[in-house]
Amino acid sequence: MDWLTLSEDEVTAIRLSLLVSSVAVAASLPFGILAALALSRGRFFGKSILNGVVHLPLILPPVVTGFLLLILFGRKGPIGALLDQYFGIVFSFRWTGAALACAVMGFPLLVRSIRLSLDAVDRKLEDAAGTLGANPAWVFLTVTLPLILPGIIAGMILSFAKAMGEFGATITFVSNIPGETQTLSAAIYTFTQVPGGDLGAMRLTIVAIVISMAALLASEFLAHVIGKRVNFE
Amino acid sequence: MTLSVQVRHRLGNFRLDAAFEAEGGVTALFGRSGSGKTSLVRAIAGLIRPDEGHITLGGDVLFDGKRGVFVPKHRRRFGIVFQEARLFPHLSVRGNLTYGRWFAPRGAVTEELDHVVDLLGIGHLLERRPANLSGGERQRVAIGRALLAAPRLLLMDEPLAALDEERKAEILPYLERLRDETKVPIVYVSHAVHEVARLADRVVMMREGEVEAVGPVSDVLSGPGLATAANRREAGSVLTGVVEAFDPPHRLATVRLQSNRLHVPNAEVGVGKTVRLHIPARDVMLATGRPTGLSALNILEGTIEAIAADGEGMITVRIGCGGDIVHARITALSGERLELAPGKVVFAIIKTVALDLR
Repeated sequence: MDWLTLSEDEVTAIRLSLLVSSVAVAASLPFGILAALALSRGRFFGKSILNGVVHLPLILPPVVTGFLLLILFGRKGPIGALLDQYFGIVFSFRWTGAALACAVMGFPLLVRSIRLSLDAVDRKLEDAAGTLGANPAWVFLTVTLPLILPGIIAGMILSFAKAMGEFGATITFVSNIPGETQTLSAAIYTFTQVPGGDLGAMRLTIVAIVISMAALLASEFLAHVIGKRVNFE
Repeated sequence: MTLSVQVRHRLGNFRLDAAFEAEGGVTALFGRSGSGKTSLVRAIAGLIRPDEGHITLGGDVLFDGKRGVFVPKHRRRFGIVFQEARLFPHLSVRGNLTYGRWFAPRGAVTEELDHVVDLLGIGHLLERRPANLSGGERQRVAIGRALLAAPRLLLMDEPLAALDEERKAEILPYLERLRDETKVPIVYVSHAVHEVARLADRVVMMREGEVEAVGPVSDVLSGPGLATAANRREAGSVLTGVVEAFDPPHRLATVRLQSNRLHVPNAEVGVGKTVRLHIPARDVMLATGRPTGLSALNILEGTIEAIAADGEGMITVRIGCGGDIVHARITALSGERLELAPGKVVFAIIKTVALDLR
């Protein structure tokens, strides 16, 4: 069973992948909720443009998304330079860049899932909460948010899964640096590029399958628990 | 506390142009579906912003179209009970009941949870989820929830309309207790005559977006407009009287009206109590001579005041019996055969009388 033992580099790649995916999901969640709210409830000029922009990473080739990120968020890019100068945040060739690429790629899935559950919320319940004295912010926190929780969790799981599998945009934006930006997918790709790397690729593939299955089971379990709690009339 | 409402609002082809004032107690907004009752109540609650007009409660301006004042719904502190209960599915019954408490201003006179729970008979439901409640239970919880938010005014938008007869009968006594035991003024929207007759002190009758009549229940519900505004099958007369005697062996109460006495079966109420009687117009027969050998206990002599035809082969005859007004709904053919006309003396044979304690 020797061939099953993971090397140190491989463990690093797995840990990095989990870190990058978790950070990507956590950081994009507030923006995801805001975008879903704007798309579901907002009435403003340019709503369809926002909708298009949000969904763009879903349709564009990942390499294109990665290249756009490189142009915008690179050290010399208009946004990247600003962030570097004022906040000291650097994306290019760092694991944070990998997280950004994963967040952008998973964003449409996150927003879509939250938006669908927002559309399904009975606005009459929000009206009722308003007449009981809750201002709009409290209505959102105490009525809307609990009701869309299943959609939020589903969106988070989808976006996490997308992040775990993300390859094209990440490698284009932050390259494939072991220990810094080499995620699980990138590590498997590297293994397939060298002679005799099949075994390593197989080990990481098994790990990828286990993580994906665990995420799926966790989402099913959470949906079950929350579905029981949020029993619609 | 006077609620003063005067609003104009356009909703597509529908025009709402209504004004009324309500003091304490129960004011019923009454009329057919589509007469604008619900829109009016939504305007009062702040769920819609009317085009013009004003809404004030005891000097507090909630809406003034001219000055651009519009107090949002969460700052009005008007409790609403909707047709469908609208309970929060993610909270327990207790969570639903106490929801409004978080937002009630400090120092507001809040009803005790125990008292409200007791009043509505929902103590055994507190830990349950709304999804596991019956329609009647849900509606009772919704009433409690509105009441516990320390409302200055309670708006009820056809709270019984979505329930079957049995559930309605289950909730009506709780509504009566609510009226008698709390001091919150209530605006009660309904298209059912018997609910209004049973609960309300004053009636605002709506028709096609306008107020047709305002006044005490017995006046408005006996007025000529009823046959058009209300569901005709339910139309009838509402009379107020005092219980004069109760005959235990026959379980028969005698109620003194202005100049008549009516016998009401199976109504055990204390002598001297003021009661309200509802006589459905379809349960009143007319005779041109005093009938004899009839089982009916209540036969009133009176003069025909008005006859209204409904175009469906039925006529509604309004009979003045020495100050007490009784309506009879009979076929147009009977009317022709008896040669009924205003001024003619007739005998009204009353088959059923429903009695409510006031």
